[in-house]
Amino acid sequence: MAKQKQLQVSAIENGTVIDHIPAASLFDVITILGLDKIPNQTTFGANLDSQKFGKKAIIKVADKFFERDEINKISLVAPHAKLNIIKDYEVIEKRDVTIPDEIIGIARCFNPKCITNSEAIVTRFKVEDKVELALKCHYCEKITSRDELQML
Amino acid sequence: MKNKSLISISDYSKDDILRILELAAGFEANPNQPLMRDKVVASLFFEPSTRTRLSFETAMNRLGARVIGFSDASSSSTTKGESLKDTIKMVSNYADLIVMRHPLEGSARYASEQSRVPVINAGDGANQHPTQTLLDLYSIQKTQGTLENLSIVMVGDLKYGRTVHSLLMALSHFNPTFFFVAPKEMSMPREYKRFLQEKGIPFYEQFEMGNIDKADILYMTRVQKERFSDPIEYERVKNTYVLKNAMLNNTKENLRVLHPLPRVNEINYDVDANPKAYYFQQAENGVYTRMGIIAAIMGLK
Repeated sequence: MAKQKQLQVSAIENGTVIDHIPAASLFDVITILGLDKIPNQTTFGANLDSQKFGKKAIIKVADKFFERDEINKISLVAPHAKLNIIKDYEVIEKRDVTIPDEIIGIARCFNPKCITNSEAIVTRFKVEDKVELALKCHYCEKITSRDELQML
Repeated sequence: MKNKSLISISDYSKDDILRILELAAGFEANPNQPLMRDKVVASLFFEPSTRTRLSFETAMNRLGARVIGFSDASSSSTTKGESLKDTIKMVSNYADLIVMRHPLEGSARYASEQSRVPVINAGDGANQHPTQTLLDLYSIQKTQGTLENLSIVMVGDLKYGRTVHSLLMALSHFNPTFFFVAPKEMSMPREYKRFLQEKGIPFYEQFEMGNIDKADILYMTRVQKERFSDPIEYERVKNTYVLKNAMLNNTKENLRVLHPLPRVNEINYDVDANPKAYYFQQAENGVYTRMGIIAAIMGLK
């Protein structure tokens, strides 16, 4: 009984495991991928021990395979995330996330005087620096940096 | 340029800029050309700006256009809670061109995406004011005979001043040398210095006015008290960035002093009578430049 319970949490038959999420970014990742709105069986672990981050989070989604564009959206909050694609309990592919050239609709412009913070507008940023993370707002042209980054 | 909005100075290439200046010169030679007789222009000023609005409306009137609009948001439906999107959707059904001033940054780009007709940005918060930049360029070209290879001294608030940033970007097409004179708190932001470095454009930074004897253009801006976190620091530096007539004694004959106006105390009144003072003519040039911009966007020239 106990064994079966653990099996349900730790392994999925088909689907995607997202590993190496910084513990603090777990709920951002869930929101960005819309995992709070899908019918799939989803499990997540928070504040797990990690050699890389100290504390990490992990998400397992059954029967869900992400498009590259879709998964790259989480690169802003989880740049080192690793994806394991599972078929029949086996990892058939491992994938990294990469920061896209343009970020649409998931981040907030840090400039309080930006029009996107006062009207219902889909935000748009050009990624000017992928290492330091510099997002240039398509509208107000101000740069939002990693420290100022907030997800919508 | 035809049917294309003008939101940011970077929307225009070097050729586009030169074309506008050529048109402006034509309108200066012959200011009353009713090319827009059958056109309606909307002048939407969501925040008051008397100088810019009068300049634009003079340009529209000299072109023979009919002007609709409002001069501050309290007389628009914004007070009833209407979104910018809805205002623009509506007005772009009425007018052939929209000129818009708005306190929020990015509002002009957004308006251009919602509008069926071209939008000219007449200032969106601290972001962009491209027609100011074009009239600055027109003034420089007119007084120097060229835009190429000039020494430009920029003085004052170089950190927050959008006019100096846009002018710097636009002049980068013309092989300039820049001298930045500003207090430390208001020095030219790193991103603009990096931009100049990438383009191989020389620039020098100094904290005091001196060394203007090589300048072709002295571009003055206002040092605003509210930008300082320490009021004592403001008192200490405020007089360092004031231009007095005597300071122009050993400058080049072709030097001209520009200022986007309004000035407060950064240019002494004794400079006004000096033939090198050019800020009032600069404002006049705004009308011809805006006529050129409107005519180019409407495809009338």
